[in-house]
Amino acid sequence: MNFKHKYFFLFPGLFVLIGILIFPIIFVVRLSLSGWNSYNPGLDYIGLENYIRLFTDDPRFWESFFRLSFLSVTTVILQYVIGFALAHMVWKDIKFKRFFRVLFLVPMMTTPVIMTVIWRTFFHESLGPVNDLLSVFGVAPKWLTDPVIAKFTVIIVEVWQWTPFMFLLLLAGLLSLPKEPFLAAAIDGASPVRKFIYVTFPLMAPISIGAIIIRLIEASKIMDTVYVLTSGGPGTSTETSSFYIFIKGLREFQMGYAASMSFTYLIIMIISLTIIAKVLTKVLLKE
Amino acid sequence: MKIMKTCLTAIISSLMIFSPMAYADKWSDQFPHIKATGDIPGDCSYEKMSKKNYKGKTLKINTHAIPVMGEPTALHAEQFEKLTGAKVEVTHTPAGDLYSKAMVPFQAGQAPYDVVFGFSNFINDWKRYLAPVPKKYMNSPEMKDVTKSHMGVSSWDGTMYQYPVDGDRHYLKYRKDVIDNPEMQKKYKADTGKELKVPTTWKEYGEMAKYFNGWDWDGDGEKEYGSAEVMKKDDLMFAAFFSRSVAYAKNPRTPGGFFFDLETMKPNINNPGFVEALTDWVEATKYVPPGGTNFGLGDEIGSFGGGQTLFSFSWDDAFIAAMQDDSPIKNKVGAAPLPGANKVWNRVSNSWENQYNQAPYIVWGWAVGVAKKSKVKDMAFDYLCFFSNGANHQADLAIGRFGVNPFKNSDFDPNIYINSMGWDPEIANSYTKTLLDMEKSNNRVFPLRVPGVFEFTSAVATGTSKALAGQLSPQEALDEVAKEWEAIVSRVGKKAVQDAYAVGVKMEDNKL
Repeated sequence: MNFKHKYFFLFPGLFVLIGILIFPIIFVVRLSLSGWNSYNPGLDYIGLENYIRLFTDDPRFWESFFRLSFLSVTTVILQYVIGFALAHMVWKDIKFKRFFRVLFLVPMMTTPVIMTVIWRTFFHESLGPVNDLLSVFGVAPKWLTDPVIAKFTVIIVEVWQWTPFMFLLLLAGLLSLPKEPFLAAAIDGASPVRKFIYVTFPLMAPISIGAIIIRLIEASKIMDTVYVLTSGGPGTSTETSSFYIFIKGLREFQMGYAASMSFTYLIIMIISLTIIAKVLTKVLLKE
Repeated sequence: MKIMKTCLTAIISSLMIFSPMAYADKWSDQFPHIKATGDIPGDCSYEKMSKKNYKGKTLKINTHAIPVMGEPTALHAEQFEKLTGAKVEVTHTPAGDLYSKAMVPFQAGQAPYDVVFGFSNFINDWKRYLAPVPKKYMNSPEMKDVTKSHMGVSSWDGTMYQYPVDGDRHYLKYRKDVIDNPEMQKKYKADTGKELKVPTTWKEYGEMAKYFNGWDWDGDGEKEYGSAEVMKKDDLMFAAFFSRSVAYAKNPRTPGGFFFDLETMKPNINNPGFVEALTDWVEATKYVPPGGTNFGLGDEIGSFGGGQTLFSFSWDDAFIAAMQDDSPIKNKVGAAPLPGANKVWNRVSNSWENQYNQAPYIVWGWAVGVAKKSKVKDMAFDYLCFFSNGANHQADLAIGRFGVNPFKNSDFDPNIYINSMGWDPEIANSYTKTLLDMEKSNNRVFPLRVPGVFEFTSAVATGTSKALAGQLSPQEALDEVAKEWEAIVSRVGKKAVQDAYAVGVKMEDNKL
């Protein structure tokens, strides 16, 4: 019997895969080898010129990358801690459990750009309500104009917006845990703290790794928050890689150079996230 | 019989005298936006447009977000639909994305929008994708009324690619009720030993702004501050920096380039003139309202227009917002030329000239063009002509949030502002005189309009924002900008930048 026709059934899926995944990546690589910009549109070939410029003459890209690393690692750690605490809280039988579960998800369901505009209004140093309230205590932090504090303002908004996502994943994990280990711990008379450290946390390790990696991938693309809140300022103190690539690509229209930065960034992220996943697996799963 | 004759003559005379008004009322009844003037006869008046038939045709427009320019675009699109039967689809885009939203399809050989709004300094990059404005419109009385500066801003080497709908320049706005107040003048004199007057130099501006910073000088129970300025990175801040630089760096005795030395294409951006301006600007971070170093244009308009600061400079919008009926400081503000300086850098002799210098900055502003590949070019130009017809233009000028500012010679008649907007005659006079004097000046600076203009201005925004944030000293920041500019010139090609820059220099040197 000839089964060759079965391969035809693979084509639709294959076309979609090539169209939406492979082609854009190949196009970015090709674009990165061109000098496409506003005054010279087109896929000419300039070899590795863009990559040489990136590695030898663009400290701003690397500064933005290290800044991004700080912002994404900090936000994800905070999201994990807060998300776990909230998920743990509504996992138990408490009053208005369903209400809290929905309430904690609300920030994630709002539009990031709109919410950042609202946060920007909150943190407005002369017209916003936050400093108005804090003036009672005689303090008025420079939320958006101090190079150090502005980073933490970005972190606050990111944590507020995306902790619910972590909460959702961790709650799903908690709800799927087997009951027996908890019963055994209860019979042994384990305190809630010991139960958490020795039962809940280890059992949650696989889902924690998944949640952290997913959030790290998302957090490493911080863009809209920075765009609306600070435009990367003051100076370049909140400029992240994606925002910098956006400036080069869609503001300055250096498409070829932006493509080389995007591709380099993709490679760095694949390598670093693979390492992080390995380390987390080793530490949390003790493999 | 005699009585009948007299009555008939009276009726006919009345009809003749009041016919323009009756004609105007017909349109202002249907379109309340023009209720102050009614329709004003012209090539693209309401009357003329009503005779066009574009039924079954669709016009696609990409414009800015509401309200600035986005609101009048949508409003005039709706009016145009009613008058001509056309269907007009308006897309609103944030300012930062206007360039790329048009440029991406332009470069791909497509025209998803027939009409594209942007800024006048896009002209060099966009001109090859835009249709020149047809002679029919160029010869219209409305176009003949456009000022020479704005004809130049909308054109490239004599060919107009951008249809004039707005006129922009930076000038000083101040609180007249404070500066002209004898009690305040006495207090200022007693405390500082200096005269309180409209500042004519940036140093005076800084001294006064610092003095009036952080206390309630208008007795409204709230603290007021010295100055509201556009300092947010990438949010038009480079234009604010150029406004502060022209006094120190635009020397009328050294023609041949403000931004570059046209002959060598060496950037002037890090010469002592620009460094002095940036040093002043860094000092200004001490007298802006809390959060002022993150103010974009909207914040500046809200801050000065809301009565929070003594001074402001940049586009008209803050002044118009302050003079609107709902403003707490209506008829309490004044307009004046940008401050100057008591010294100006001579880049030829490489030394300071110790004499007063002032230079107007005819900054880039809103501009709009018709895509060369559009299939409805006639309708697109008719729409733009209708957008800026006499009645619409006068009505738009009165609404600060619309972002439509004077660009026609007839706009400099103070009576427009006194009669239809309720401005104090003294203020209307100072406003129109300030704008008109800029048109007459021989020491003007025009926006940079070279290939890859965004790379140049983005480098300025990054460098100056680093200085404002204290990351670099003014000299270090501008040295970094100059290095980046040299790299951009080398990437784009020296000849291409030089040829394009020569057109702007001709305008600055009054040769065009």
